[in-house]
Amino acid sequence: MGDKNVLEIRHLRTSFFTQKGEIRAVDDVSLDVPEGKITGIVGESGCGKSMTARTVLRLLKYPGKLVGGEILFDGRDLTKLTEKEMAKIRGGEISMIFQEPMTSLNPVVRVGKQVEEALRLHRRLPAREARRQAVAMLDAVGIAEAEKRAHCYPHELSGGMRQRVMIAMAMICKPKLLIADEPTTALDVTVQAQILNLMKRLRDNGTSILLISHDLGVVAQVCDTVYVMYAGRIVEQAEVCELFDHAAHPYTRGLLGAVSSLGSGAATLETIPGVVPNLLHLPAGCAFSLRCGECRADCAGHLPELRECAPGHRVRCHRIGEVSA
Amino acid sequence: MLLNIAKRLAQALLVLLGVALAVFIMLRIIPGNAIITMMGEHADPVIIDRMTEELGLNEPITVQFLRYLKGAVTGDFGTSYSMHRSVSELMGAAFGNTVKLALAAAIFAWLLGIVSGIIAAVRKNGLLDRLFMGVSLLGVSMPVFMTAMLLQYVFAYLLHWVPISRVTDWRGYILPAIALGWNSAGSIARLTRSTLLEVLQADYIDTARAKGRGQLGVLTRHALRNAMLPVLTMMAVQLSSMLSGAVICETIFSINGIGRLAVQAISGRDIPLLQGTILFSTALVILGNFVADSLYAVLDPRIRRGSES
Repeated sequence: MGDKNVLEIRHLRTSFFTQKGEIRAVDDVSLDVPEGKITGIVGESGCGKSMTARTVLRLLKYPGKLVGGEILFDGRDLTKLTEKEMAKIRGGEISMIFQEPMTSLNPVVRVGKQVEEALRLHRRLPAREARRQAVAMLDAVGIAEAEKRAHCYPHELSGGMRQRVMIAMAMICKPKLLIADEPTTALDVTVQAQILNLMKRLRDNGTSILLISHDLGVVAQVCDTVYVMYAGRIVEQAEVCELFDHAAHPYTRGLLGAVSSLGSGAATLETIPGVVPNLLHLPAGCAFSLRCGECRADCAGHLPELRECAPGHRVRCHRIGEVSA
Repeated sequence: MLLNIAKRLAQALLVLLGVALAVFIMLRIIPGNAIITMMGEHADPVIIDRMTEELGLNEPITVQFLRYLKGAVTGDFGTSYSMHRSVSELMGAAFGNTVKLALAAAIFAWLLGIVSGIIAAVRKNGLLDRLFMGVSLLGVSMPVFMTAMLLQYVFAYLLHWVPISRVTDWRGYILPAIALGWNSAGSIARLTRSTLLEVLQADYIDTARAKGRGQLGVLTRHALRNAMLPVLTMMAVQLSSMLSGAVICETIFSINGIGRLAVQAISGRDIPLLQGTILFSTALVILGNFVADSLYAVLDPRIRRGSES
């Protein structure tokens, strides 16, 4: 495997053009997804993590638009491909699973058919062979009696089952990259653990995964590298252990502080004051300066660079080196 | 599923019985005397009495109703006062013409409505969308008699492309079918557009695109199957109402269908014929709704009961 990257995103910018003005949902984001690893993007709702994922597959909805940057996959820049060429990559080489297993499956099509669909599209397999592989894949993602379940409609399955179907659907063509957008958010904790284990197994079998989550617990369990996003920008990136042990950005430390743990004995849960800022009215400088306890007078004035503070650990904050980690 | 169907059938029969009773009573409390209409104002009172007795109109209303019901169950709706032929025979002959007209109108309406609805949804806010939706608004709001007469004026009177009325061959059905289907085409187009737009926002459409389906594949394999559910229901209801007689359209184009028969029955105070046509139309509308509901259950697995798993 080595250090090769499956996906390299360079200076990606995605905006929504609304009547009130341009909303920069993804603002100059660069990230790498190394082969055979799980790379996480973490952040609050509205920070641009899902938009980054959708932009990679060019699944943006009006009024969202790719404004600039490069998405290098397998030596090709996905931003330059036509819609037809993109359709060949979607589901075949890069696939995606979504947050809501309840609504992400077509309610009037049997799940087996939905799983085999990508196979028939990309591999042009005959119906019988596609069905055989679909059932095998359903079995592989842990669906008992896969043969029988393949005949079910989505509403006849539980949430965890449906997310397994989604994963089977995404994995059926053995893609090089799997983008998982909050795959466990809508699920019970026990089911969540099963799905995460499944994702680890996929990684061990060689699939590279880009995992989007707002849940630091999920990220800590499965990711190898983590990117923290805030207001459309990456504010910190590091190996998972480094990030959890030596979080540098005040926002990351705030997020970690807000994770409850039963053993800590703390009576109240720590929170980050304020809310995610309106992306229409961002300060010219650090977007977190509005909520940051360590903010200095000039923080809001100019944008900090993403600087390396330790090997492989980069952070976007003026006060790095001054504030204690 | 079977129990459901049985329940619905029982309900349908009850509604039919209610309509039969209501029509029967109403036709007997409205002013006017059928015998006088038949025999003329100056008929001999002795003959009037004899006719009244012969037709059983002197008996108590309950007896009359029960006798009527007994006949109706066996398909005998009595004899028309004005045409002196059995009502079922008259309706049978008229129904053939109504079926031809209804099918032609329905096919015209559905093809036009569905295709323009899909194009409008796909090209949302585009020029074609605006054009189709503008025209469909015209379709929904124009009454049949107006469409019919406009069509007659332009295509029959001015251009002489088709006969003005009196159907002799298939060309005679062109204008009536367009006039009758125009309304339905408008509502089908608008419903198709709105449900399709809603469905295209659904998460599973994203899933289909993420799988690598192109725009056409997403539309035909995923979006339409979901979007057409309410449209099909509307189609079934439309067809049943067209089949139960297009009173205005048939009258304007002189098509001897169920609707025109009903109009003739009204003007001739022909009670048995009127009762027959009304009952027949009611039965068709009920049947249409029943078919629509059942279609929905067949097409949408979430509504189907007692399915596997």
